[in-house]
Amino acid sequence: MSTFAELLLNGLSMGSVYALIALGFVVIFRATEVVNFAHASLLLAGGYITAVLHDDIGFWPALLAGIAGAALVGAAVEFLVMRRYRGSDHSVLAIVTIGVDILLTTELTRRIGTDVLPLGDPWGDDVLTIGSISLAHTRIAAFVTAGLLITAFLLTFRYTSWGVAMRAAAESTETAALMGVRLGRVSLGAWAVAGGLAAVAALFLTVFPTPGLERATSLAALKAFPAAILGGLDSTTGALVGGLIVGVTESLATGYQSELSFLGRGLGDVAPYLVMTVILLVRPAGLFGTKELARV
Amino acid sequence: MSETPVSEVPVSEAPASETSARRPVRLPTRARTYVWAAGALLLLVLPFYLDRFWLQAGLFAMAAAIGAIGLNLLTGSTGQLSMGHAFFLAVGAYGYCVFAADGGDGLTGLGLPTWLAAVLAVLVAGLAGGLFSPIAGRLRGAYLGIATLALIFIGQHVLFNAKDLTGGFNGRDVPPLSLFGLTFDDSELLVANVPFGSAEKLWYAALVLLLGGALFARGVLRGRPGRAMNAIRDHRIAAGVMGVPVARYRAAVFVLSSMYAGLAGVLLALVFQRTVPDYFGITLSLEYLAMIVIGGLGSVSGAVIGAVFVSVLPQLLTRYSDALPLVSAPGTGGIAPGEASRYLYGAAIVVVVLFLPGGLVRVAAGRRFRTDPGEER
Repeated sequence: MSTFAELLLNGLSMGSVYALIALGFVVIFRATEVVNFAHASLLLAGGYITAVLHDDIGFWPALLAGIAGAALVGAAVEFLVMRRYRGSDHSVLAIVTIGVDILLTTELTRRIGTDVLPLGDPWGDDVLTIGSISLAHTRIAAFVTAGLLITAFLLTFRYTSWGVAMRAAAESTETAALMGVRLGRVSLGAWAVAGGLAAVAALFLTVFPTPGLERATSLAALKAFPAAILGGLDSTTGALVGGLIVGVTESLATGYQSELSFLGRGLGDVAPYLVMTVILLVRPAGLFGTKELARV
Repeated sequence: MSETPVSEVPVSEAPASETSARRPVRLPTRARTYVWAAGALLLLVLPFYLDRFWLQAGLFAMAAAIGAIGLNLLTGSTGQLSMGHAFFLAVGAYGYCVFAADGGDGLTGLGLPTWLAAVLAVLVAGLAGGLFSPIAGRLRGAYLGIATLALIFIGQHVLFNAKDLTGGFNGRDVPPLSLFGLTFDDSELLVANVPFGSAEKLWYAALVLLLGGALFARGVLRGRPGRAMNAIRDHRIAAGVMGVPVARYRAAVFVLSSMYAGLAGVLLALVFQRTVPDYFGITLSLEYLAMIVIGGLGSVSGAVIGAVFVSVLPQLLTRYSDALPLVSAPGTGGIAPGEASRYLYGAAIVVVVLFLPGGLVRVAAGRRFRTDPGEER
């Protein structure tokens, strides 16, 4: 029982990190209707900046620099690439983000090489033990931080004029533009926010028990895609629920691997995709996604 | 093909097809024929002159071209984004191994005749695509793209774990193809005093397959199915209203496209002579997407051009890495050739989409192309 509780808590914590990434993904989709396949590389960029700087300027400034850096990269992608596209086909833009992703990931993995870069986080490998349940401090920090950030984000989304502009743009770009919403700023902001969230997620994807930032980190980040999809691409609630589902599935599949050995080793990495496939079979628009209605 | 001057006015079924009303000025029939004949002749005599390195590069390009044609039918012509193409390549490659191997290395092998194994492998790849059709027929755009991403990860998981079939991490050997008593292996055969190894023999097999694949795809695209596919891409609902069975078409194109991928996988396996699971990862899928975008979405020749560009580029850079500025041999700290080529095609995707809509094939043909395929609804 205590194993189960531990796995569940760990899964929720990882899930909240995936939710952070998925949230950025959803924000970009809502603001611009573009599916951002370059998201994993934004995350890698944030993590890399933090990893490189933390020795010289300390962890917290380095983390801030990482967040700012990833936000800047996101904004730059929007400004230099997305904005230049004149057509109207959003699936073509999704392919552009794949090109951007190839560029950024190649550059970052080349810099990282075969190294494993620690991010210099203050939690180390401390473990908190309550009764028979032990939890790493990093996991608690991840859960708390992600929770705070997501709450802050949802409040911003709901109450500030930026949030209103964003939601208006998501409803109908044309009407929003006529109402004086500056679409360029909205989408620039969305990309920057997504980059920042991804950088925070990068921190928690690379702290204990993971050794540090390495090439494979971007593959871990890809698990946010099923999170965003199974929740429904255009729903922030969906991103949260999807993230948690992915995190818990992964954690349980890894934890009970020995009982599930007939399914092969490394099941934890595939389980989220299996769950996503099953959910998409039942609900093609995801759990909370808007069902597609079209007026002809 | 006889070029009778039939008036090229397409039946207008979607707003976007008015683009094709502006046809380019065609070369006179005779000149075109000569160009084609010269190109074909060149491809036929190349194995007599090129060394193994270039032949392999060419073989990779041809295998990639077959796969890219299939992906282009799906993504370019029907507007269904697939990031799972690497999975179907793997099904083809490993399917061939399983059917053709004689089980001598302790792995499952059915010991069928190799040509039959190749055909079956392609069919199995199609079957795998068909099994995915409940998803492929219903999802679209980004949803399908990410759902197919699942195929890659699940596929890799199976490849690493189903050790009986795939040999696990270390992969398995690929039995050489033999057809009508001719074995496509390295046993030397002298043709006009040129030793013919596996690369030379496979070259011709690949040429035939590529030609067949390209002609078939062109037939599909020019006929009724092609119009239906383009209609689905341009306006799904309008297509449905006009009587195109949208879900069935989507699923069918997915199956066809995965069969192309399976064929490409068989060919790649034969060229490599060994298949390893690592190869069939997400990078491979992204490469195929890069091919069709760079070459030109929705056209057969675009897929071929893109495939040649993306698959020959790394080999070129590797071969001449010491002569090129900025590129250095792997492990020396500079930009390795593989990375350099990734930069190049990553940038090429962005540049092509932003500035050359329609891809290289439009540039080559010197056409003006309007970029407004109508909003997908």
